[in-house]
Amino acid sequence: MRIEFTLNGEARAVEVAGTTPLLWVLRESLELSGTKFGCGRALCGACTVHVDGTAVRACSYPVRYVAGKQVRTIEGLERDAVGRAVVGAWIDLDVVQCGWCQPGQCMAAAALLSADASPDDATIDGAMSGNLCRCGTYPRIRAAIHRAAATLRGEDGR
Amino acid sequence: MKFPVRTPAALVGTGVLALLAGLAACASDAEAPRPVAATEGAPSDAPFAAVARVLRHPRCLNCHPSGDAPRVGDDRRPHEMNVARGPDGHGVPAMRCASCHLPENQDLARVPGAPNWHLAPRSMGWEGLDDHGLAEALKDEARNGGRTMAEVLHHMEQDPLVLWGWDPGAGREAIPVPHAEFVAALRTWIDGGAVSPPPGTTSTFEEAR
Repeated sequence: MRIEFTLNGEARAVEVAGTTPLLWVLRESLELSGTKFGCGRALCGACTVHVDGTAVRACSYPVRYVAGKQVRTIEGLERDAVGRAVVGAWIDLDVVQCGWCQPGQCMAAAALLSADASPDDATIDGAMSGNLCRCGTYPRIRAAIHRAAATLRGEDGR
Repeated sequence: MKFPVRTPAALVGTGVLALLAGLAACASDAEAPRPVAATEGAPSDAPFAAVARVLRHPRCLNCHPSGDAPRVGDDRRPHEMNVARGPDGHGVPAMRCASCHLPENQDLARVPGAPNWHLAPRSMGWEGLDDHGLAEALKDEARNGGRTMAEVLHHMEQDPLVLWGWDPGAGREAIPVPHAEFVAALRTWIDGGAVSPPPGTTSTFEEAR
């Protein structure tokens, strides 16, 4: 079936089975390999992207559900201020270790900061608890979210 | 409370009415039944037990928690990833129910789904309630979302999220009585006055098997 949607601000159309997971369409059909496969069961968060602003797990999200919607991936994260703040904080604090989970971490962090400009530790932990990091970068992730929030509030001199 | 029931063999045969009158007199002498509140008594016990068994099944109870976190699976374990209720019952930012749960089951990933997937409000938490408490919770419009009993019946009969309990997808037990049977029991209980069973009973399918 033909499915049309907006991907990182651009109109796209794919001809695939509607049950194909969005992750496969992104990586294979559209060759955007920034979004990672982790578990395939919506358990680890590595494949997190945004659909109409909501963080979703692309590995178990049939592509027919994005018809007519706005999809944003890690490749399009820096299109707005929240995304730029997240990526900037991630770089500043050198969050990444192996990096596999980090696109999903960044997308989840952006979804959180879009809803809550000043999250406390408990809020961050709750929002990010669906994104696993086997390298254990959680303390740096939390610190980077605080840094990004400060950036968005104009409190870090940027 | 349940009324004391006596069934002497002499009831079978002639003179039944006279015997009933006599029995009533004896009963009042030996053990006077205490006054029964309008919301308490025996007539609807059996229909409500059939309702309570369903409401207490993991397919219902997992998303009607009395706390702020759902449970999952037939063993009712805490939801992985520390999933939380959130301010609107749909999760927290970046961890919305809809982040993983779609309007239909995703059997390949084994992620269950139905339209409007979310937790029941805290006021509709059913964990820890006995049958009496469940019945009261269903009837109390301050706790049941302002529903009349007709609306409660409609919810149980029509809401896709309720119907999902009978089509839960791979790896989960469906509620083990037909939906129509459940609705009939609920209707019978409501039509009989929605009388709450006495405290202390907890009806489950395990107990009924």
